[in-house]
Amino acid sequence: MSAGEDIAATARPSLPRGVRLKRDQARGGFVLLAPERVVRADPIAAAVLERCDGQKTLAEIIDDLCATYRGERNRIEADVRRLLAELSAKKMVAL
Amino acid sequence: MSRPAPQTPPPIGLLAELTHRCPLACPYCSNPLALDSRADELGATVWARVFAEAAELGVLQVHLSGGEPASRRDLPEIVGYCAKSGLYSNLITSGIGLSEALVEALAARGLDHVQLSIQNAEEASADRIASYRGAHAKKRQVARWVTATGMPLTINAVIHRANARRATAIVEFAVELGARRVEIAHAQYYGWAMLNRAALMPTREEADEARAAVEAMRDRLAGTIVIDHVAPDYHALTPKPCIGGWGRKTLNVTPSGKVLPCHAAETIPGLEFWSVVDHSLADIWFNAPAFNAFRGFDWMAEPCRSCDRREIDYGGCRCQALALLGDARATDPVCHLSPRHDLVAAIAGADSAPAVAPAYRYRAHAKI
Repeated sequence: MSAGEDIAATARPSLPRGVRLKRDQARGGFVLLAPERVVRADPIAAAVLERCDGQKTLAEIIDDLCATYRGERNRIEADVRRLLAELSAKKMVAL
Repeated sequence: MSRPAPQTPPPIGLLAELTHRCPLACPYCSNPLALDSRADELGATVWARVFAEAAELGVLQVHLSGGEPASRRDLPEIVGYCAKSGLYSNLITSGIGLSEALVEALAARGLDHVQLSIQNAEEASADRIASYRGAHAKKRQVARWVTATGMPLTINAVIHRANARRATAIVEFAVELGARRVEIAHAQYYGWAMLNRAALMPTREEADEARAAVEAMRDRLAGTIVIDHVAPDYHALTPKPCIGGWGRKTLNVTPSGKVLPCHAAETIPGLEFWSVVDHSLADIWFNAPAFNAFRGFDWMAEPCRSCDRREIDYGGCRCQALALLGDARATDPVCHLSPRHDLVAAIAGADSAPAVAPAYRYRAHAKI
């Protein structure tokens, strides 16, 4: 099973309190700020995390990304699931 | 202001020591032996300026620490300034001095994270270590108040001779308290901890067992709690990359406004520190002599200078080299490549050898 395959399409991922996506003015790009952690978010991760508002479902987030970036759905979905699984294990995303 | 050295990146973190006052007297306290007095503490509006300058400079996270930050009545105001500057705020607290209303007020002001210290998993031992009756029970309460607000909670425990065998129980206790993260930090010997080293030093077996026990819990608790582990220095073979390299990532502002590369930096003789009272934070970061003293690699002697780990550990800790060898430029003797590495093992062996540890020397403000 690849990472995040078991996340339900109806899950509504969100950043829990104490985790924030922030534009890094001094160095450019985005960072994810969490307890004692500063994680650089590449443009793809930032695009996914911006959409994790606890309202949109995983399926809707993937739809939105496909429409915005005109990518191949299978590949986008795999990327999103992998990212959410990884951050959820670190308690940086709530599913 | 002179031009910043272009190769110096901006700092990521700022440790704001709001006060040295603390109701606890933990024997491993990293505060300096000469504590700043209340009368010398920076006011909240000065902190507001420091936070604004920090955000502008590139700082992302601020650690509100001390002493006990809740000893300051203007803590909510200070947290508010931090949040207003867009900084990620972390309260490092013993819990003593917090009430449910105050925790809620801090959450409302935008506090991002609370790190609560515990001294052991059992009440009697924990209160003895902290030298404060009722501390442990209070911490249970504080953990409940924090988690009720939704703020993430980290539990921090310093490991030493009196609790090394309880490392597993301490991690389990952190889970019980609802922590998202637990920091198991073997005692580091600076400030009051150095004074108490003989009372705190675990045997090699105790240190190794504690370390293995915590590592073994990582997999078992994956997804439940994040475990961060600070290794026992005196039982290691490679030194810690102290504060991620001198003047590379973080800075420390003392209660009276002096800006230090790390909290023990004042023990190094001959360094010139600047204060936020006289200089902007950016000016201090790029130009203060103390920050440039050990930047880069030119100051290094062998074996560090040509070592392929020099960009990993930066020669280890300058304050530890000074404390143990009397020379802040020497290779941290924790490193097995140091010609004086045998000294560290000898100290650890001698300190931990007596069957009964000496009594703690509890910190106190000098009576003026």
